[in-house]
Amino acid sequence: MALALEGSQALARTIALCRPQVVAAYPITPQTHIVEGIAKLVADGKLDCEMVSVESEHSAASVALGAAVAGSRAYTASASQGILLMAEVLFDIAGLRVPLVMTCANRALSGPLNIWNDQQDSMAVRDAGWIQLYCATNQEAIDTTVQAFRIAERCELPVMVCVDGFTLTHTLEPLDLPSAEQVDGFLPAYRFHHGLDPADPRSLGTLVAPEHFSEVRHAHHQALMRAQTEIEQADHEWAAVVGRHCGGLLEVRGDAGARLGILTLGSVLGTLEDAMDNDPSLPRARFIKLRSYRPFPAQALRKACEGLDTLIVLERALSPGAGGIVGPEVQTALIEMEAPPRVHNFAAGLGGRDLTLDLYKSLVDAVLGEKRRHGFAIIDVDTTLLPEADR
Amino acid sequence: MNEQPLQSLDALRARQPRFRGLESGHRACQGCGEALAARLVTEAAGPDVVIANATGCLEVFTTPWPQSAWRLPWIHSVFGNVAAVAAGMEAALKQQGRATQVLAFAGDGGTFDIGFQALSGMMERGHDVLFICFDNEAYMNTGVQRSGSTPHAAMTTTSPPGAVRMGKRHMKKDILSIIAAHHIPYAATASVAYPSDLRNKVRRAMDTEGASFLQIHSPCPLGWGHDGSLTIEVARLAVQTGLFPIIEMERGELIGTLPIRDPKPVSDYLKLQNRFRHLFADAYRARKELEHLQAIANRNIERFELRGVGVEKYDTEGADTVHRGGDRWA
Repeated sequence: MALALEGSQALARTIALCRPQVVAAYPITPQTHIVEGIAKLVADGKLDCEMVSVESEHSAASVALGAAVAGSRAYTASASQGILLMAEVLFDIAGLRVPLVMTCANRALSGPLNIWNDQQDSMAVRDAGWIQLYCATNQEAIDTTVQAFRIAERCELPVMVCVDGFTLTHTLEPLDLPSAEQVDGFLPAYRFHHGLDPADPRSLGTLVAPEHFSEVRHAHHQALMRAQTEIEQADHEWAAVVGRHCGGLLEVRGDAGARLGILTLGSVLGTLEDAMDNDPSLPRARFIKLRSYRPFPAQALRKACEGLDTLIVLERALSPGAGGIVGPEVQTALIEMEAPPRVHNFAAGLGGRDLTLDLYKSLVDAVLGEKRRHGFAIIDVDTTLLPEADR
Repeated sequence: MNEQPLQSLDALRARQPRFRGLESGHRACQGCGEALAARLVTEAAGPDVVIANATGCLEVFTTPWPQSAWRLPWIHSVFGNVAAVAAGMEAALKQQGRATQVLAFAGDGGTFDIGFQALSGMMERGHDVLFICFDNEAYMNTGVQRSGSTPHAAMTTTSPPGAVRMGKRHMKKDILSIIAAHHIPYAATASVAYPSDLRNKVRRAMDTEGASFLQIHSPCPLGWGHDGSLTIEVARLAVQTGLFPIIEMERGELIGTLPIRDPKPVSDYLKLQNRFRHLFADAYRARKELEHLQAIANRNIERFELRGVGVEKYDTEGADTVHRGGDRWA
């Protein structure tokens, strides 16, 4: 049954349905409504869970880590500066192969201070060894969160569910929440089998010297690559429960026969789809919704790009001094195709700049029009606001 | 009765009735105060515990993969988060209805400095965690750099004495007063020179519900520059001079001390250690600094009434001041 819910409220209720035993969080905009919602559910006795309101994100990640190794299902949520503050712990969680789930309410990074949406935060910890799943809608955020616990626990890897701040977290819309029975059937009680137990004492996080370290990294990399199967399967099996799917590793939408492709992560997809649907005079595009950024589904991506002449990779982040972050990875993956499309790489919507329906036309014009652009660009930059030297 | 003579160290150990949480065969230096302290703590704590260990010597010398000296469930995450990892384990065990005690182990860097915020948060939230600080007064694992716990005037690799310096320019942080300000149920200091007192405090802390804190003075022969055979002697002198007072607190109130009837001069303690060697040069500055350290010890003695009540007060002038610049140096 569809309920009118704010994205964050829906996420809080979904997380409660997943029965985490320990939730640790530190408040940061735009993640706050999620953890406030969980705190209220705990206070009302609707969720039997230790809610640990910590003194920093560094400790939020650490408490979740401690809880998971002590055998509990653990959850945390953060954004922006919080993701960076917990960065060293995020690497450690993944390196120790500890399963837990985190929501990243995507937000820009300082400086200068900006509290609005882009994806620079989760991109900054791209190499932490977490699974990263990006959500295009709030419904996907709900369904992906349930799947994330299954994926984390089966793969013994942490999962970051990336949900665009404000655009999704603060938007009220009709949403379907699963029932407790549906979630319980999908997520059986779990206990981390490498956990700490006096009956079977283990040492975790030991000093690993050069003669073993490469093997640790290799095993971790392989585990992430293998997780692709679990991500597909979790989506497939959850679809059998609720009748909705999220696209597995990635999803091809729009005009499947188009020669122009646009690859996106997160919520901008809906804007582009509306823009194309609203104006039949515009060139048609095949949309590739990249849901799993880590593991990076190179093979699925090549399949999705078959028949394309041109592919636009649109990002909500950048690597200053180089260009895009996702773009070069896509390009590398497509090199193995017989006839790879030409890849154009743009960033847009940084620090919450509004992405309007005009974005579609400006993207198409930038790659098909007379004034074709080459190389990376922030497509919605207003250079008239800049001094001459910075244009 | 088994009359067979004890022939080996292993046989001797096997006869010991105590639980051994930390096995021999780890890679600590000879005379390591921290290794001794950790063994004493785990003996007293028994087998039903889980340990979170901050980065540092203790982590490194006990767990060179694929070996481990621990017979207890143990995790090392990163340097500054040990109190938070322990808090997470405690929250999990509590939610699961298990009574296993959570211990957090850190050196002075992981307690006074990089781990301090997480420690403060853990205590404020009242997690049932016993936090043990193995205080060896510098960053020993990285090669003896000064920490917030390094005593005033001590030489470390980042507080070297020289033409215009007399070692560390700042005072040792009074961590126990900060801990006391959290009004946790139990906080205490201990020393490896007083093992039965140390064990009793571990048991008492474990019997306490809520956060507890134990700071154990643990000499580091390598970092302090004394022979490994002198660890206990050095630790004992730190207590007997008043430089490391042994005290106990409940909810921030002093409830007990280890009295010093006849305090020894601080020079007895300092002269055994290379890190204070520059204080024994025949120089005005060195003499003044010795006076300063004696004043710090005297102040500890008076503050905690370590000689008992009603005796004539010591001179503590200058104990609170750290002079910089001018004709003062340190």
